Amino acid sequence: MPQDRPQMSEDDDGQSPPLDLRSAAIADPCSSSPNKSRNCIPSGAMTSQAFPDHVLENVLENVLQFLDSRSDRNAASLVCKSWWRVESLTRSEVFIGNCYALSPARLTQRFKRIRSLLLKGKPRFADFNLMPPDWGANFAPWVSTMAKAYPWLEKVDLKRMFVTDDDLALLADSFPGFKELILVCCEGFGTSGIAIVANKCRKLKVLDLIESEVSDDEVDWISCFPEDVTNLESLAFDCVEAPINFKALESLVGRSPFLKKLRLNRFVSLEELHRLLLGAPQLTSLGTGSFSHDNAPQSEQEPDYAAAFRACKSVVCLSGFRELMPEYLPAIFPVCANLTSLNFSYANVSPDMFKPIIHNCHKLQVFWALDSICDEGLLAVAATCKELRELRIFPFDPREDSEGPVSEVGLLAISEGCRNLESILYFCQRMTNAAVITMSENCPELTVFRLCIMGRHRPDHVTGKPMDEGFGAIVKNCKKLTRLAVSGLLTDQAFRYMGEYGKLIRTLSVAFAGDSDMALRHVLEGCPRLQKLEIRDSPFGDVALRSGMHRYYNMRFVWMSACRLSKGCCRDIARAMPNLVVEVIGSDDDEDNRDYVETLYMYRSLDGPRKDAPKFVTIL
Amino acid sequence: MAYEKVNELNLKDTELRLGLPGTEQEVKQEKEVSCVRSNKRQFDEETLNEEESMPPTKTQIVGWPPVRSYRKNNNNNSVSYVKVSMDGAPYLRKIDLKTYKNYQELLKALENMFKFTIGEYNEREGYKRGSGFVPTYEDKDGDWMLVGDVPWDMFSSSCKRLRIMKGSDAPALDSSL
Repeated sequence: MPQDRPQMSEDDDGQSPPLDLRSAAIADPCSSSPNKSRNCIPSGAMTSQAFPDHVLENVLENVLQFLDSRSDRNAASLVCKSWWRVESLTRSEVFIGNCYALSPARLTQRFKRIRSLLLKGKPRFADFNLMPPDWGANFAPWVSTMAKAYPWLEKVDLKRMFVTDDDLALLADSFPGFKELILVCCEGFGTSGIAIVANKCRKLKVLDLIESEVSDDEVDWISCFPEDVTNLESLAFDCVEAPINFKALESLVGRSPFLKKLRLNRFVSLEELHRLLLGAPQLTSLGTGSFSHDNAPQSEQEPDYAAAFRACKSVVCLSGFRELMPEYLPAIFPVCANLTSLNFSYANVSPDMFKPIIHNCHKLQVFWALDSICDEGLLAVAATCKELRELRIFPFDPREDSEGPVSEVGLLAISEGCRNLESILYFCQRMTNAAVITMSENCPELTVFRLCIMGRHRPDHVTGKPMDEGFGAIVKNCKKLTRLAVSGLLTDQAFRYMGEYGKLIRTLSVAFAGDSDMALRHVLEGCPRLQKLEIRDSPFGDVALRSGMHRYYNMRFVWMSACRLSKGCCRDIARAMPNLVVEVIGSDDDEDNRDYVETLYMYRSLDGPRKDAPKFVTIL
Repeated sequence: MAYEKVNELNLKDTELRLGLPGTEQEVKQEKEVSCVRSNKRQFDEETLNEEESMPPTKTQIVGWPPVRSYRKNNNNNSVSYVKVSMDGAPYLRKIDLKTYKNYQELLKALENMFKFTIGEYNEREGYKRGSGFVPTYEDKDGDWMLVGDVPWDMFSSSCKRLRIMKGSDAPALDSSL
């Protein structure tokens, strides 16, 4: 869950990109001129210029090493060459939002002492099958380059990257001090790769596998951890779809005194969970596994599950419930009052089962659930969770024409009860402008507003009007808004509002919306902070695309699929902007006369087009 | 277009469905039908003509709603397990209520599981005690009820566990309550 990993938050990005084109100019040694006074000491004041520079840089180094924030460091690096150099030496954690924005070689040439890498690969729409597999985002070139350059590397945090077992083996071999491996929405590896990491990374503190696809190589990876006391603080494997050796797990937990976060997969039963909890009462974050019984003898005395939870006084974050047996849900009552984060989004809980639980969760700040809790459940949340910051409601039945147990009623209730709300993701079948407008007025702290009305082009179901006014109110009233996802029937007017008021928006997701090019133009011309733009199935064409050329170097990426773009226009843009990589994905090469672009994915890059593009990608 | 991994065939994406007429406002938007493509791209019928009007059948659009397949798969696997005990049987079983659509299916499954027959159900008298076993369940309020008394949906959302009682032991579970 996001609150455990603040570094990867989309909205944490610095104001200026970490390795932008201006820095590239500075990086080029030929660009520095010895006669230009880039130093802070007036030229000519000293006979030897090397000496004060040296002192200055030492001082700078001592100061700059305390700078943590990415944006501060980026700003510092632009002051002058001296600062740039020292900043490069003192930066220990680097964030790369697009793995194709630069080559691994450039990273290791600029930064010499990196201990922590955060790297993101595929664009988000790849999650929804809009991109063929094997598109790229391979971790291999990164790990092999860093193996030589950063032997002291401690942390790797990847999102949407393709990671192989070989990559993991190389990682385990190359970095003796390695401490943290976090893989979010990754794929390409299996339990054998994990086993190698478990076995060889003796200093491992964090092994978090989150929503990744992990192939079952039938390897008992839990047994591969070293025999003695471990340094483990966090172990998350809830996404691993493979049975585990419970005895080995119990032993591992028993010899991990620093373990605070444990996320079990669905192959751990309730009885097994009970035993683990009794041995690890110090846990703060727990993923409960299946929360279900195996077939059990009738006469056996049932373990006191509530007692086990009662013993876990420190648990503040609860998730799991992968195969929930509802009758056992009350066992978690003892921890409810302490919970700040609760994830029920894998459990099909009915309102009746849910309400008694949420009634106790007064401190809840983050809540994820399925819409099976219904509007009724949301009313209960609104009544109790006054500290709520983040809400995500996922559809149990994610089809356009499904029932839709949540609606504007739930949204309204939340807006009235949870005034501190900062982030919302809400899937529904019916919505009204009125409810969205009310939320915009009641929740001024909103930074993330993602509403998904599942029926395409669906209007306000009460008035029949487009959803323009609702989203308009959001961008107008929520002055801190940085991320927006729109849906429902939307005309160009909605986009006019976005362009006029959405001055802080960094991420915008659009699907099946708008009437004409003007819509996209409003956004490209009006949203100066826009970094990530993802659009699908909307009637935006070449005119709109051209209107954003002044922005694309300042953006991380633009994704447009099933819009109205022509290859000719994309080619023009590629020619006009040499540091922009323009990928056209999925167009038939056999039909060269077809000018239509199915998917456009373009992004700035310091090192030109990538060399690993598969056949179905054409780089213009 | 949909790009499915070979081992992750989601045939739902190609399913043609009849939508309810008039449920959606078919406004100026052209509907670009995204069709399934295997990554071998043997695909012919992509309709890109923007002026083409949509037939009343609703094609499942790829990648929409935007829910990750990881989550979709989980939901498909989502279960509603309840324990089933039978008087005299040594082992508890568990069943997934979601796999049954009505009482008939559920009772049949129970009969098969425990190898017995449930008596006929009668609204006034409950189960004919004479034939042996009576299926009961504990609801969300902790009350023990006769299986079949309430509508199926109400039952499946409030049933916490099942107990198949010996007919003679079944106390006054009054079906009229």
